[in-house]
Amino acid sequence: MVTTVVEALQQRFPQYISSVAEFRNEVTVDVPKEHIVEICTFLRDDEACLFSYLSDLCGADAYTPEKRFEVIYNLYSLTHKHRIRLKVRTDETDLHVPSVTGVWPGAEWPERETFDMFGIIFDSNSDLRRMYLPEEFEYHPLRKDYPLMGIPGALPLPRK
Amino acid sequence: MNHFEKQNNCSMNIDQALDLRNQKILAALENKDTTVEFDDALENAMVLNMGPQHPATHGVLRLLIKLDGETVAACVPELGYLHRGYEKLAENCSFHEFIPHTDRLDYLSPLMNNTAYVLAVEKLIGVDVPRRTQFIRVIISELARISSHLIAIGAMAMDVGALTVFTWTFQERELLYDIFESLTGARFTTSYTRVGGLSQDLTPATAAMITKFIDEFPKKLAASEGLLNKNRIFIERADGVGVISKEKAIAMGMSGPCLRGAGVEHDLRRSEPYLVYNELDFDIPVFEGGDSLARYYVRLNEMKQSVMIIRQALSKLPEGPIHAFEPKKVLPRKDRIYTRMEELIHDFMIVNFGINPPVGEVYHAVEGSKGELGFYIQSKGAGQPWRLKIRSPSFTNLQSVPILVKGQLVSDIVAILGSVDPVMGEADK
Repeated sequence: MVTTVVEALQQRFPQYISSVAEFRNEVTVDVPKEHIVEICTFLRDDEACLFSYLSDLCGADAYTPEKRFEVIYNLYSLTHKHRIRLKVRTDETDLHVPSVTGVWPGAEWPERETFDMFGIIFDSNSDLRRMYLPEEFEYHPLRKDYPLMGIPGALPLPRK
Repeated sequence: MNHFEKQNNCSMNIDQALDLRNQKILAALENKDTTVEFDDALENAMVLNMGPQHPATHGVLRLLIKLDGETVAACVPELGYLHRGYEKLAENCSFHEFIPHTDRLDYLSPLMNNTAYVLAVEKLIGVDVPRRTQFIRVIISELARISSHLIAIGAMAMDVGALTVFTWTFQERELLYDIFESLTGARFTTSYTRVGGLSQDLTPATAAMITKFIDEFPKKLAASEGLLNKNRIFIERADGVGVISKEKAIAMGMSGPCLRGAGVEHDLRRSEPYLVYNELDFDIPVFEGGDSLARYYVRLNEMKQSVMIIRQALSKLPEGPIHAFEPKKVLPRKDRIYTRMEELIHDFMIVNFGINPPVGEVYHAVEGSKGELGFYIQSKGAGQPWRLKIRSPSFTNLQSVPILVKGQLVSDIVAILGSVDPVMGEADK
């Protein structure tokens, strides 16, 4: 089932699909971040794919000098009952990734969470506030260089 | 950017910080399409703060509501009051050490979370568990589903004023916790599953307790049902309240009873069968309404299906070992650690260095009591996960609350929240 999706993707976007990895029957496709909205729209609407449901969107910190941050999209098709995973990579110096809220409105909160935890900025997400942590918090705690114990004094405490 | 350099650089005082936060929240309230027409010059738009310590929000959820008279014009949920950073913790725990933390995610059905987490880890390391374990995991998942739905229904009924149902469903839940205590040794924080097995076997005594419970439960449930199904107050508070369309529910990523209450037949137990669900016979209740009443009916009927599943699983429960025979990946039994050299070595290695899975990434989701509960794990071959993401159903269901409450009366907000049934431990992680 998933092979037809990968074939459809490669046929439609031959120049964008850089690598396809398979592990435990799950397919991960690396895509360039500039074209993520285009690819997601295609995956949602194409007859062979129909990924109408965004299962999950999250970030990850690969902690490499180049292409440090990843944004991972776990997609599910309610019609064909198959899954695919998309991955975009971005540099630490350029944290902007296009938002997919136009494709799946439900991506808004997961994108806010990813912004909160990794500092990745999703362009055209209309409400990109922090999800869990207070607005005045300066750090992004799921980055690998943020210590597990936290940073003392990172949050101003209320007056007694 | 180095975070350590910024350590003593936090110059913002608390008043400025609060100002900043309030401005952003108000801006968010204003930005949503909230143009309200006033017929009456005396009416004013009012911003009301609900929570985080509001008894009807089922935990520490804060809602900011913009009111036009008594009608909700806009709503912004604020999360994070129970944020404990479990994803960060997971990166610093071995795979076994994280199991007790999963109890604290959806604390109304800890056994479900235990099962979901170890299934994801087992998929990553490539272990097949024995059939007896798979059946026991089905039984405990369905028991957890019943206990969670009992609270959901009881609390929803209490939110609209029917207090008796709450006490009746809590009595049943108490019996379930007795079973959990006999099965796992703990009532709430069960930590029952292990990678490749279970912490202990299902004893015949516990099996008898479960049989007794599922024999009596349908009658008790019918009694509670009788209090609600023809109750005019309950029906009028729930029918046609908090409506979401099928397409919108899918687009917003809703799952579980909320999605099936909107008429989408999607249940991971059927569409991506895990454990032994494909060998069991059960129905998936789907209701078309998309309102609070439909979500209530879905939960009610799911409990009846869960009883059927448990009965079948108990009758088919095979004998045999409960641990997979993978000495380098599965914790050995305690009595063997004390008497045998090999097991002692394996125990030492697993506890101190963890299971070393292959390099790769997996996503495994189960149909939890609230919806699709998934774990996404990235492994770089070390004893700890490189990245662990919890896909919590409460989080995505809460995202739709602004749609559900828009245009409703302020008194319906609690009823709608009760029907969505969020658990903040899971939504805030």
